[in-house]
Amino acid sequence: MTEALGFLFANFFSLNTQLIVLAALTPFLLAALGELVTERSGVLNLGVEGMMIMGAVAGFGGAFLTQNPWVGIITSILAGMAMALLFAFLSITLVTNQVASGLALTLLGLGLSGLIGESFVGQPGVKLPAIAGIDPLMVAAPILTLIVAFVLFRTRWGLVIRAVGNNHNAAHALGYGVSKVRYLCVLFGGACSGLAGGYLALVYTPQWVENMTAGKGWIALALVVFASWRPIRMAAGAYLFGAISILAFQIQTYGWGIPPQFLNSLPYLVTILALVLISGSRALATRNTPAMLGQPFVPDR
Amino acid sequence: MHLVLEKRPEASTAMAIASPFIAFALTLIAGGIIFWMRGNDPFSALYVYFVEPLTQWWSVEQLIVKAAPLILIATGLAVAYRANVWNIGAEGQLYAGGIMAGLVPVMFPQWQSPVVLVLMLVLGTLGGMAWGSIPATLRNRFRANEILTSLMLVYVIQLVLDYLVRGPWRDPQGFNFPKSITFTGWQTIPYVTTSVHGGVLFALVAALALWFLMSRTLKGFEISVAGQAPRAARFAGFSEQKTVMFCFLLSGGLAGLAGATEVAGVITQLQPQISPGYGFTAIIVAFLGRLNPIGVIFAGLLLALSYLGGEAAQMSLGISDKIARVFQGILLFFILVCDTFILYRIKFLKSKGATA
Repeated sequence: MTEALGFLFANFFSLNTQLIVLAALTPFLLAALGELVTERSGVLNLGVEGMMIMGAVAGFGGAFLTQNPWVGIITSILAGMAMALLFAFLSITLVTNQVASGLALTLLGLGLSGLIGESFVGQPGVKLPAIAGIDPLMVAAPILTLIVAFVLFRTRWGLVIRAVGNNHNAAHALGYGVSKVRYLCVLFGGACSGLAGGYLALVYTPQWVENMTAGKGWIALALVVFASWRPIRMAAGAYLFGAISILAFQIQTYGWGIPPQFLNSLPYLVTILALVLISGSRALATRNTPAMLGQPFVPDR
Repeated sequence: MHLVLEKRPEASTAMAIASPFIAFALTLIAGGIIFWMRGNDPFSALYVYFVEPLTQWWSVEQLIVKAAPLILIATGLAVAYRANVWNIGAEGQLYAGGIMAGLVPVMFPQWQSPVVLVLMLVLGTLGGMAWGSIPATLRNRFRANEILTSLMLVYVIQLVLDYLVRGPWRDPQGFNFPKSITFTGWQTIPYVTTSVHGGVLFALVAALALWFLMSRTLKGFEISVAGQAPRAARFAGFSEQKTVMFCFLLSGGLAGLAGATEVAGVITQLQPQISPGYGFTAIIVAFLGRLNPIGVIFAGLLLALSYLGGEAAQMSLGISDKIARVFQGILLFFILVCDTFILYRIKFLKSKGATA
């Protein structure tokens, strides 16, 4: 067993395994990036899972009906944005409870995707072709991370987003359109979640399975907290996550009598552990939390 | 044109009462549109979905059986949400309750006595409480977000049950199906009518007891204050941590009891899936019932109707029963929208005005 462990360890750092890890972390990273921007503007959208699953079914459907995976990528993004628009209208324009609205978005997304996807069950999917052996979205996720980090912390736009998220009254007094900024950030979040779902249905497992996101959207939400709202730290967190799920999968192939259900529950247990470790430290947990997170904004007239 | 909200001088009581009815009416309209888009006659489809199940006694009995777990879970959630404690892992606590209830007949298949049933229900409740105490402890000790932790634990416990019924708890004579032995006699809940088991009474008792707790006791007052004015609650010396733990134990215990009654009253064995998402649908029930235990009874019956209507629509209209979950999601959206107008009025402004 120690030999096998040594082999597992050495094998883990091979290029091949690292690519598998990269493939596993991409949907988490994409969805979490979108949610990070959304939350930085002060909006808590718990509907990531719902937007992601709609992205998956729309991506699969778009690619399947046109037999063109790139169409699927676009439809997945649009589906995520449509869901996000619904959430934005409720939580920003009608100032509904954000926690409840996010839950509603997830419940609706899971139901609607099941209904839409019923005719897709068992159909062969259309896989997004790799370019030079690498999936384009796998490269897009890290690049997008750098762009988000740059925009949030090095540009005027980023400053406005963070200002809106930290003190919407002050931002409003300075003449910034709080609602407009939040709408755009929520829509960006929806696009990223939709794309993450599209990645699942077009690249990771090119087929449609009901509830195929299996809590990945919720894990992405946890990743944002884990990274304390910093994009680069989030990429590191996503890597850790991808690595653990791949290691768990590889251990399974050795068949040491560990029940597969235990290994399958590892991502959820690790998420809880990560949340506990980060939230337990007050310094890490509160320094970057957007002060207006989840607070509705109604300007006085 | 530009839509803005204007705060009402005081909350509108009329709107607070009308809101769930308006939300349901809007859901019917949206449902009619969905049916129409799928090529069904919207009126007859809505009749099949929402009225026909109520015209026959056997399906009214089914309605009661399906409403019971929803009401049981949602009354607990209503209390927790009042305190701003966001337990969304009731589905997991239901599974924990089901597993613990199944423990007794699986371990002692020959044991037949009323004690068995009592033990199953008590263990089920304790199982739900134990599973619910985890997110509460993590929030109290480490400030970990209870929304995320309670939800992650749903996936974990579902995998635990999957492991049990495929592994150690599988029926040796079950042809390798992932199922436990079938429970018999005192391992199941006696029926009060042809298809209604006695466990439905727990839902009624729980709703009435929690109505009493919330409206007539100091504890209920503490919970309301903790949710509406956390600072005031602190000044009054109400412990936030105790409220969090109380809400999770209460809502977890009731979800666990719901799991036990499902396992002992409806399914009469353990299998990988023991709930069609009751724990999540109960979230909608809690909101539709105005976070009020009495309101939850009516909301639970309505949401149970959405499950039954889904089955009816599948049989007579050939529409997937997945439409039930779509209706449930739409309904929650409309409730949240309508609730906005309890506190606000809508105003349309010409966009070129100075106020826009």
